[in-house]
Amino acid sequence: MATASVTPPPKKTNRAGLEVAQYKGGKSTLCAGCGHNSISERIIECFYEMGIEPWSVAKFSGIGCSSKSPAYFLSLAHGFNAVHGRAPSVATGAILANRHLLGIAVTGDGDTASIGIGQFMHLLRRNVPLIYLIENNGVYGLTKGQFSATAGVGSRLKTGVVNELEPIDCCVEAITLGATLVARSFSGDKRQLQAILKTAIAHKGLSVIDVISPCVTFNDHEGSTKSYAYMKEHDAPLHELDFVPAYAEIAVEIEEGETRAVELHDGSRLLLKKLGRDYDPSDKLGALRTVHEAGQQGQVVTGVLYLDASRKHFIDLLNLVDEPLATLPKSRVRPPREALDQIMAELR
Amino acid sequence: MATIGAIPAAALRGETCERIVNDFSIEVATVNGSGSQTANAVLMRALFQMGIPVSGKNLFPSNIAGLPTWFTIRASRHGWIGRKKEVDLLVAMNAETAREDVMKLASGAAVVYDEPLKLDALRSDLHFYPVPFDKLVMPVCPEAKLRKLVRNMIYDGVLAQLLGIEIEEVHRALDKQFGARKAKAAELNWKAVLAGRDYAGNHLVKTAPVAVERMNATAGKIIVEGNAATALGALFAGVTVVAWYPITPSSSLIEALAGYLEKHRIDKETGQATFAVVQAEDEMAALGMVIGAGWAGARAMTATSGPGLSLMTEFSGLGYYAEVPAVIVDVQRVGPSTGLPTRTMQGDILSTAFLSHGDTRHPMLFPSSPRECFTMMVEAFDLAEQFQTPVFVMSDLDLGMNNWMSDPFPYPERPMRRGKVLTAEDLDRLGGFARYQDVDGDGVGWRTLPGTRRTAAACFTRGSGHNAKAQYSEREDDYTNNMDRLARKFETLRGALPAPHVEIAERARVGLISAGSSRWAAEESRDQLRREYGLQTSFLRLTAYPFTHHLAEFVRRHERVYVIDQNRDAQLLLLMRLEMEPEEIARLRSVRYYGGLPLDARTVTGDIVRQEGL
Repeated sequence: MATASVTPPPKKTNRAGLEVAQYKGGKSTLCAGCGHNSISERIIECFYEMGIEPWSVAKFSGIGCSSKSPAYFLSLAHGFNAVHGRAPSVATGAILANRHLLGIAVTGDGDTASIGIGQFMHLLRRNVPLIYLIENNGVYGLTKGQFSATAGVGSRLKTGVVNELEPIDCCVEAITLGATLVARSFSGDKRQLQAILKTAIAHKGLSVIDVISPCVTFNDHEGSTKSYAYMKEHDAPLHELDFVPAYAEIAVEIEEGETRAVELHDGSRLLLKKLGRDYDPSDKLGALRTVHEAGQQGQVVTGVLYLDASRKHFIDLLNLVDEPLATLPKSRVRPPREALDQIMAELR
Repeated sequence: MATIGAIPAAALRGETCERIVNDFSIEVATVNGSGSQTANAVLMRALFQMGIPVSGKNLFPSNIAGLPTWFTIRASRHGWIGRKKEVDLLVAMNAETAREDVMKLASGAAVVYDEPLKLDALRSDLHFYPVPFDKLVMPVCPEAKLRKLVRNMIYDGVLAQLLGIEIEEVHRALDKQFGARKAKAAELNWKAVLAGRDYAGNHLVKTAPVAVERMNATAGKIIVEGNAATALGALFAGVTVVAWYPITPSSSLIEALAGYLEKHRIDKETGQATFAVVQAEDEMAALGMVIGAGWAGARAMTATSGPGLSLMTEFSGLGYYAEVPAVIVDVQRVGPSTGLPTRTMQGDILSTAFLSHGDTRHPMLFPSSPRECFTMMVEAFDLAEQFQTPVFVMSDLDLGMNNWMSDPFPYPERPMRRGKVLTAEDLDRLGGFARYQDVDGDGVGWRTLPGTRRTAAACFTRGSGHNAKAQYSEREDDYTNNMDRLARKFETLRGALPAPHVEIAERARVGLISAGSSRWAAEESRDQLRREYGLQTSFLRLTAYPFTHHLAEFVRRHERVYVIDQNRDAQLLLLMRLEMEPEEIARLRSVRYYGGLPLDARTVTGDIVRQEGL
């Protein structure tokens, strides 16, 4: 007897043959509405859409709300939730050990701009091939709402305390000290953040992405300079971003004078469509001036602030072998007996 | 008790007296940065080449140039290579310290000095040998700016003549020191040696009894600094990631290692390196990189000293709790705080054992010689990976920065023990794994390396509470189960450590215990106690913490056991007490020295004699 068989619709997969579910993480324990959760969603989408095998990724974080988030995306990737402010060194060590890992560190403004500012600065200098994402909300959440070093001047806590100290702008530091992709975004701007993340995935060098990610519990009220409402009012995108992956083979029409295209190491292209005025992301000084001037006008410029796809990253500077150092066989790492004999003879 | 260094009055009158052959110490007092290092190294090497056991100790200031520095060379026909406190021959080149240096000498000692210092007016019970260094250096070195560096080489020639060091051996040592590439400099210095020798031959009458005669006790031996030996150990252990921050006295270790890696670990065809050496921004970052690299499967290490170790506290706790392999060399110096950066101490023993907040225990290895610096580094990397934990190698400034006569190092025969790592194929077979599950009953879980191409490979490493599956957990049972397993792992580790060296003297009621560089003073002190006081002693030389059963057995065998500590608070003894029964503790006695100089036998002997009431 013939029965009608129902063929389930084929599951959608990416070019690695994986489903989006294989990019998900554990259930978030962050507050409902937390900007960090949106960022985790974007990370899941981008790694899926780019067809990155999750087991080739290594996730890093420090301590804080933001640093919990690597548990909420890419469960099939190894993760290392280290100590407060020290994700840069741990990530650097791991990438030295295995240069094929695609590293992503997710940290917060307390992690990066306060306790870990030293490690952050030196990560920048080294241009370690790594995506370094700062979930920036201007407050310490887990310790219940103290200001962080990125809080804007005049920003007010719920308790009435007003910040009068100059904020540290992580993007300015990144541009100055040697990161080769520097971007700022807003957790509420899905399209922009996606384009930036995909560019960072394709970029071979250090990508610093400062994402304003409002804290709904401690810093989303009137008077805060890191609230959803404040960002919606003051977000000033520099350009409309489109990421065209190398494997896509789509012809893109570039309107002369309207869109800039930057080619990345793997042949992917980032398209920057002019909004208002032309912006050249290869101009360091121009980038610094733009951020500074916008700040004076009370605006938060977002987009790709700086991009240098040509500079050598740390692993190339060290001229490491192609294979991961971690798994080199004994024959490659223990010199032969004659070498020791020779050294001993010299010491006689 | 025999007075050391005392010379019969006959000698002072220029009459013949009993010669003291191959058993003396020379102290050279110079100004830091004056190039005396080369002259001292050549002198030491010449004695070594004559088959005489030697050791060299550099007592230097925390300064680039200008402050006083002393180098002592000991020749010992008995093979004692620890420091000898008493100076038999002083070379006084530093006007600033000359007076005090001379006043400290025991009666009958000899002084070679810079003539204008007129030191012979200070005392009448010493042998004085004035040498006009400035006059002698002029014809040898026409170039004025080199004179300061060449001038010191003159005393090598003077001493060769006075002591009877074979001049050909001085020449050989000089060539070895300078190497073929600096033949011109060697030639210049050789002229200075000859000028010194000729001056001494023509103008000085030897009255002091110290003398040198060729013997055959250094065949096959090498001369090496402990730090270079540790670096070689790391090289042959297969280190791949090195992260460090400069700090005295560990900097020369990493610099030596970087040199060896450049030479031996760069692919000749591609020019690519099988290693990474990173100078970090501080010690926190240095250990952070090592922990990151160890987590990703590399053999990673750092080297530091006390202040750096303090900064590494946080990451040490992470390494212990998240169970990440790392090798940390602590070349100990005098603390607390900045302390005496260029003086030696074993002052980090207690803090290292428990480095971190919370319940933490770290294994330590205690090398006593360059050879053990080498073998214990190989051991340390194996232990770190087998037990997935930071391992501390406790060297010190004396061992690390001084020149030691040593047996050559043995090539590591056994394969690298990389520990419990599941490969992709293992995962296919098993279907999955739980990172912190004690499947083998030894407290050590299985790990996977990031980048392993399997869906079952991933796990999340964290310094926060976790369960056997490496998931975040604040549950009481998860926490205690995990901590109990870590304690079990530490017990397994105890059984895997190198056993201490034990020498039991039959019927001895007294025992000595040392760790690390204290060995040399301890061994010589045992000889002094036996010869001078008829006291037989047994000896246990610790090689590792956690302590093994040998320690308690040794203590129970003896009525009194002297634990030698190079620190004020008897740190080694305190650490033992934590693991001992009251009746064992009651047998422990403490011998402590904490003046910052390398420990010497006479100090140990004196303290034991006092406590024994001999």
